[in-house]
Amino acid sequence: MAVLETRDLIIDIPERADGRPLSLRMEPGQTWGILGPNGAGKSTLLHTLGGLNRPRSGEVRIDDTPLRQMRRSTIARQLGVVFQERQDGFPATVLETALIGRHPFLSPWQLEGGDDLEMAEKALERLELSDLADRSVSTLSGGERQRVALATALTQSPSIWLADEPTNHLDLRHQVAVMELLSEQARAGHTVVMCLHDLNLAARWCDHLLLLYPDGEACWGEAESMLKPKALEQLYGQPLTWAEVDGAPVFVPSYSG
Amino acid sequence: MDAAEAVAHRANATMAVSAWRPFLPLVWLGVAGLLALLMAVAIGSVAIPPADLWAVITGEGSSLHQTLVWELRAPRALAGFATGGLLAVAGALMQILLRNPLADPYVLGVSGGASVGALAAMLTGAGTFVLSGSAFGGALLSTFLVFGLAHGTGSWTPARLLLTGIVVASGWGAVITLMLAIGPTDKLPGMLYWLMGDLTYAQTPWPALVLLALVCLLVIPLGRSLNVLARGPLQAAALGVAVRPLEWTIYILASLLTALAVTTAGSIGFVGLVVPHMLRLVLGNDQRLILPACALAGGALLTLADTLARIVIAPEQLPVGVITALLGVPTFLVLLYRSR
Repeated sequence: MAVLETRDLIIDIPERADGRPLSLRMEPGQTWGILGPNGAGKSTLLHTLGGLNRPRSGEVRIDDTPLRQMRRSTIARQLGVVFQERQDGFPATVLETALIGRHPFLSPWQLEGGDDLEMAEKALERLELSDLADRSVSTLSGGERQRVALATALTQSPSIWLADEPTNHLDLRHQVAVMELLSEQARAGHTVVMCLHDLNLAARWCDHLLLLYPDGEACWGEAESMLKPKALEQLYGQPLTWAEVDGAPVFVPSYSG
Repeated sequence: MDAAEAVAHRANATMAVSAWRPFLPLVWLGVAGLLALLMAVAIGSVAIPPADLWAVITGEGSSLHQTLVWELRAPRALAGFATGGLLAVAGALMQILLRNPLADPYVLGVSGGASVGALAAMLTGAGTFVLSGSAFGGALLSTFLVFGLAHGTGSWTPARLLLTGIVVASGWGAVITLMLAIGPTDKLPGMLYWLMGDLTYAQTPWPALVLLALVCLLVIPLGRSLNVLARGPLQAAALGVAVRPLEWTIYILASLLTALAVTTAGSIGFVGLVVPHMLRLVLGNDQRLILPACALAGGALLTLADTLARIVIAPEQLPVGVITALLGVPTFLVLLYRSR
C-alpha cells in the first residue's frame, strides 16, 4: 500500500514551456490512465514519477517521502516500472529475465533462493509464459517480450505500478488479459498508473485519467468526468464518434468525406 | 528431529547444493588453470619430469630445479596467469558497461595510452621500473581522456564512449607509429615485442595476482547488479541499481585492471575480447559466474600461450600475443559457429 503524490510537478521536456504544474494524489486501489498525443510527454511523466527523470521543478513523493531523498533500492522495493522499449544486449532466458525482478529484495551476497524462483515461475504462469521459460528472450516476438517485461514487474510485486503502454504489441486477447492483471493489482490495494494510446482500453479499465496536452497543459480527475468527447477531440486534434458498448464508452475517429 | 523435520532438512540441504551447482564450472576452470601453471614451470629448455616437479614443490629436488622453478619459471607463469585473468575480466566488465559485445579495453584506447608511455620510456633508455610506471600512467591518462571527452557537455551514452575510445585509440596508434619511425634501430625489436605482448619484462607477479584476487571477491557482490545493468540502464535503475556510480566503478576498475595487465606484459590483444565471449557461449550470462570464470580461463589461456611462446622456436621466444591469437581465434570461431 503506497500513495504516489506529485507536488507542483513540472516534467522536464527540452524546449517546452512549463505548462500546468501537476499536483495529484494516486492512491492504493486506483487505476490511473495517462492519455495524450505523441510527444505530449506521457513517457517522460511516467519516468519522472518513477524517479528515473529529474523534474524541472516540484517533486514526487511516495507516502510523503520525496523520491529525491530515497535510495534507488528503497524505491525499487515499492515501485515497479514496465518500459515501452527494452534492451536485450546480452542473451538471457525468459525465466532469468523474470527473476531479476527480485533484485531489489536480495542483499549483494545473496543468491536467488527457492522462494524467489517460485515467485518468478508464478509470474510466468500468470502471463502464460511457462512454456517459454527456457527460451532466450531474443528469440521471442514483440508481444511475448512485452509479457516477459510484465512478468518481471509481477515478480517484483511492487505496491506502485508504472506501466508505459502495457498493451503494446499484444493481440486482443492478451490486451484484455494484461488490463485484467493490472486492475487485479489495483483491487489488491496497489496503485496502478499507465500510459495508454488506446482510448477505449482507458475508458474500460481506468477509474482516473490524466490528459496531457502537447503544450504542457493538463487536466485530471475521475474517468467519467474526463471522458468527454469535446475534451478528447481537443486532446488528439481529431474528431471522434462515440457510442456506449457494454456500459463503457467507445470512441472511434470520425472520418470526414 | 521427527520425520517431517528430517525431510524438510534434507530438502533445504538439497536446495543449498543445487543453488551452488551453477558454479561447478569454476572448479574445472580452476583445475585447468593449475594444470597450465604446472606445465609452464615443467616445460622449457630444461624439462622437469612430474616426479622431480613434485620434489621441488615439496621443498626438495636439485638446486638447479629449485632455481629454475622458483626464480625463473614460476614468477613468469604466475605473471602470465594474472595478466590473462585481468585482461579477460576487464573485457567482460567493459562489455557490460557499454552493452556492446565489441567493447574491450584495447578498443577503448587504454592499451594505446599504456603503449605510448612504455615506448617513451624505452626511447629515453629508462629502466624497467620507470617503464612500468610510465605505461601505467599512460593507461590512466588515456582512461580519463576518453571518459572526460565522452562525457563532454551532453549525455553519456555507450555509443559515444565507444566512438571516443576508438578515435583516441587511433590517435595513440599514430603516436606509436611515429615513435617507431623515429626510434633508433637498436631499440626497435624490444619496442615491437612489447607492442605484441611479452612477459620477459614481467618483474613480479604479485601486484597483478593480488588485484585479480581482490577483483574476483569484489565482483561477487556486484555480480547481480551487473546482470541487471546488462538489461539497460533504465531497467537497472527501476530495479534499484544506482546506475551512474556502478558505471563509474566498472569503468575505473576495468581501466585499472588493463593498466596493470599492460604494465606487466605489454600489449596483449584478443584475450579481453574473446575469453568473455567464449565463456558466455558455454556458461550463459550470469556475471557472478562469468567474471570469476574469466579470471581463471583468461589466466589459463595466457599461461598456456606463454609456455608455447617459449618453446615453439626455442631458444628464440615468440611474442605471447601471437600465440593467444593463434589459439583463441579458431576456438572462438568454432564455438560461435556451433552456437544457436
